[in-house]
Amino acid sequence: MRTLIDVRNVSKSFGGVIANHDISLKVPEGEITGLIGPNGSGKTTLFNCIVGDQLTDSGSIVFQEKEITTLTVQKIARLGLLRTFQQTHIYANMNCIQNMLISVPHRTEKYVDMFRPYRREVYERVDELLEFVGLYSKRKLQAGDLSFGQQKLLEFAMALMNDPKVLLLDEPTAGINPTLINGLIDRLKRANKELGITLFVIEHNMRVIMNLAEHIYCLAHGELLAQGTPDEIQHDQRVIDAYLGAH
Amino acid sequence: MLDNLSLLIQAPLLNIQLLLDGLLIGAIFALAAYGLALVWGVMNVKNLAQGDFVIMGGYIATSFAQHDIHPFFALPAAIVLMFGFGWLCYVSIIRRVIGRDIFVSLLATFGLALVLQQALNLIFGSDVQTADAGFKTRFFFGGQVTVADTKFIALVLAGVLAACVVLFMKKSRMGKAIRATAQDARAARVLGVNTDQVYAFTFALNSAICGAAGVLVAMIWVIQPYYGIVHSIRSFIIVVLAGLGNLPGVIFGALFLGSAEQFSSFIFGAEFQVASVVCILVLVLIYRQVQSARHRQVVE
Amino acid sequence: MKPSVIALYVGIVLAGIAAPLVIPNYTFQIAVLWMMILFALTWDIMGGQMGYNSLGNIFFFGAGMYISAVVQVAQFAPVGEYTAAFGAYQVEFTDAQYYTGLALGIVAAGIGAIFCAVILGACVFGLRGPYFAIGTLGLALAAAELVGGWEWVGGGGGISMPVFPGDPDVRSKLFYYIVFVLAITTFGFLRWLYTTRFGLAINAIRDNESKAEAMGLHTKRYKTAAWSIAAFFLGMVGAVFGNMVGFIEPLEVAFPTVTFGIFMVAMSLLGGKGTLWGPVLGATLFHVIKELTWTYLLGWQWVALGALIVVNVVFFQQGILGWAMDRWPEKFGIVVEPAHGEGRAVGAQEAAR
Repeated sequence: MRTLIDVRNVSKSFGGVIANHDISLKVPEGEITGLIGPNGSGKTTLFNCIVGDQLTDSGSIVFQEKEITTLTVQKIARLGLLRTFQQTHIYANMNCIQNMLISVPHRTEKYVDMFRPYRREVYERVDELLEFVGLYSKRKLQAGDLSFGQQKLLEFAMALMNDPKVLLLDEPTAGINPTLINGLIDRLKRANKELGITLFVIEHNMRVIMNLAEHIYCLAHGELLAQGTPDEIQHDQRVIDAYLGAH
Repeated sequence: MLDNLSLLIQAPLLNIQLLLDGLLIGAIFALAAYGLALVWGVMNVKNLAQGDFVIMGGYIATSFAQHDIHPFFALPAAIVLMFGFGWLCYVSIIRRVIGRDIFVSLLATFGLALVLQQALNLIFGSDVQTADAGFKTRFFFGGQVTVADTKFIALVLAGVLAACVVLFMKKSRMGKAIRATAQDARAARVLGVNTDQVYAFTFALNSAICGAAGVLVAMIWVIQPYYGIVHSIRSFIIVVLAGLGNLPGVIFGALFLGSAEQFSSFIFGAEFQVASVVCILVLVLIYRQVQSARHRQVVE
Repeated sequence: MKPSVIALYVGIVLAGIAAPLVIPNYTFQIAVLWMMILFALTWDIMGGQMGYNSLGNIFFFGAGMYISAVVQVAQFAPVGEYTAAFGAYQVEFTDAQYYTGLALGIVAAGIGAIFCAVILGACVFGLRGPYFAIGTLGLALAAAELVGGWEWVGGGGGISMPVFPGDPDVRSKLFYYIVFVLAITTFGFLRWLYTTRFGLAINAIRDNESKAEAMGLHTKRYKTAAWSIAAFFLGMVGAVFGNMVGFIEPLEVAFPTVTFGIFMVAMSLLGGKGTLWGPVLGATLFHVIKELTWTYLLGWQWVALGALIVVNVVFFQQGILGWAMDRWPEKFGIVVEPAHGEGRAVGAQEAAR
C-alpha cells in the first residue's frame, strides 16, 4: 500500500508549550486512518502543520513523494490535500449551489478560465454531491442560514467537489445531532470506497472512530503514544491510561 | 536630494539637530498613538478621526493665544473640552458601529474626520497657524544646534501626561475596568462592568489625550485643517509598528517615526511630507506582512 | 431577460442619449453623474463584491488623467517644455491630430492604469481589511504630492490640456457622450462579469478568503484582475474628465482623495454594496443630493456630505438595495427557509433517511 502522507519527526512548539514532539506517522492511500488523543495532545496542530497553516519547527512532511513542509496552504490544496475544520468554514453570503461551484478544483485553471461560465457537467456534479450529503432540498438557501450540522455537511460536500486525493477531517461529528451521526459515518465510508478518497480523521467520539478507521494513531502530550488497528488501540493500556489520566 | 545627503555626511551636527527635532516631536506623536492603541485595543475601532481631534486641540490653543491667554492654559481646557466632545462622538456615532463590520467603523470615523476637517476649515480658515508660547531658544555645540525651549517644555508635558494616563490605567477603578473590557468584553459584562460606559470613557479619554497633544503640536509646530489625516496616519504607523498593548513600543516607534520624518524631510524636501509619511506607512505594513507570513498569519 | 428589464435598460440608454439635446445647460452635470455611476460601480468590484475596501481608487483616475495628458501633448510638443511654459506654449495642430491624440490618450490611460494596478496590487494585496484601506488611502494621498513635485508633468502648476478644435457646444456634447458610453460599457461589462466564474470567486474571497485559499483558489490572480478592471475604467474616465475640465492639477482635479475618492465608497454604500444596481442607485441619489447642497448649503456643503456619509454608515449600512433585499428577498432570487413548522418536518425526513 502506497503511503500518501509521510510525516517524519515533526515538532512544533508555541513559546514554551510543546504541541508536537518528534511525531512520525504514515497515512496509507485509499484507507481511513484515525487520529485520537485527549484534549491538548496536539492533534489539530499536527493537522495545521500538514496542510501548511503552521510551519513546523523541525521534521518533514512528504505528500505523494513530494516535499510539502514549507509550501503554502494554497499550493498544498492544489496538490490534492484538503482539510475541514471543527468550526464550519463556508461562504455565508452565497447559496449552497454557489458554494459548491466555487469549490471546483483549481489545479489546472488558466487566466482565461476565470471568465468562463461553468459547464453543464459541473452543475450535474454539484447536484450529485448535494444529493449525496442530503442537502439537495436546501441547495438554494444561503449557506449562512443553514444549521450547524447542515453547514458541516456542506463543507464536506465542497471538499468532495474539489476532487482531493486525501481529506483531513477535524472532528467531523462534533456538534452533530446523534441521530444524524450514523448517516455521516455512512457517507464518509462511501466517499472513501466509491470515490477513492483517503481519509485522515481526528475524532473524540470513540464509537465513530473505531467503526470508521482501519488504522489509528493515538497522541498524548504532543507525542505519538500508540498505533494499531481499532481493536489493538482499544485494548492498549497506555491509551486507556492517557484518556483516564487526562480526566 | 543628493546635495542634501552629502550635507548630512559632511556636517554631523546637522544629524544631531534633525535627530533632536525628531525625538522632540516624536514624543508628542506617541501621545496620539497611545490613544489610538487604547481605542483599538478596547473597542476594536480604528479611529481615523484621531488626527482631527489633535488639530481641534491645536485650535483651542491658537484661539487662546489669539486672545492673549498663554497657550499653557489651553492644556487643561483642551483636555476637558475634548473629553466632552469625545463622549459626544461616542454616544452619537461610535456606539452604533462597535462590533460591526470592521470597515464600517473605519468609514464612520473617516466620515467624522471629513466633517471635522471641513468644519474646521470653515471656522478657522485654511492658513497654517501656530500658538506662540514665547519661550527662548537654546544653542548647543557652539550655536550649530538649536532647540527652542518650547520643545523641551512640550517634551516634559508630554511625559507628565503620559505618566498620568498610565497611572490612571493601573490604579483607578475605571482604568481596571477598561483593561478588563479590553481583554474580554463579555466576561467583564458578566462581572458587572458597564461596558458601554467603559467604551464611552475610553473614547472620551482618547479624545482628551489627542486634544492635549494638539495643544503641544500647536505650540511647537503648525496646524491646519487638512493636516488631520496625516496625523491619523502617523498614529496608525506607530501602533502597527509597536503592536497593541506595547507602551514602550509605542514610545520607541513614535520617536523613530519623528526622526525618520525629519531626515526624509531634509533629504527629499519639505513638500514631500505626506509622501514620505505614506512611504514609511507602506514600509511598515510590508514589514509586518513579511513577519506574519513567516508565522503563516495574515495581517488583519 | 424579462421584458420589463429590457424596457428599463432601453429607457435609461435613450434618456442618456437625449439628455444633452433636451437640457443642454445641464450637460456637464449629467456627464458628472455618469462619471459618478462609473466611480461607484468600479469601487464596488473591489469593495462590495470582493470585500477589499479600497480608499485609494481615485489614484487610477488621476493616473489616467495624467497619462492621457502626456500622450495628447506629446503629439505636437515636447512635454517638458510645454508644461514648463504653463500654457503659454503655442501649439499648432490639425483636427485629425487632436482626435487621434484624444483617442490614443484615452486608450493609453486605460492600459497605463492596468499597469499601475498590477504593480500596486503586488505591494498591497498581502494586506487585509483596515490595513488595506489605510494603505490605499495613503497611496492616493501620496500620489497627489509626488505628482505635484514632478516638474516634467507640470508639478503643482498642472497641465493645460490642448484646446478642443471646434464649437464649445460640440465639445461638451462629445465629451458627454464619451463618458456616457464609458459608464454604460462599465455597467454592461460588470453585468456579464458577475455571471461568470469570476463573480463567484471574488464573492468567495469576500466571504472567507482563508477558505478560498485553502480550497486552492488562485486568490492573487483574482484580486489583481479585479483591481485592474476597476483601474481600466477609472483611468479612461479620468482621461476624459481631464479634457472636459481643460486644465489638470494634482490635488484638486486629478487626486481629490478626501472628496471624490471617498464619494466612491459613500455612493456604493448608500445604494447597497455588493449588488449591480446598488452603486448606480447610490451614485444617482448622492449626485442629486450633492447638487442640491451646493445650491442651498453653499459653504457647508462638504460638512453636509461628510455628515451624510456618517449617517449612512452608522444607520443605514446595508444601503437601499440591501434594505430591499432584506425586506423582500424572494424578489431578488434569494431563497429563504419557510417558517418553522415546515422546516422542521423536512429536517425530520432527512434524519429518517
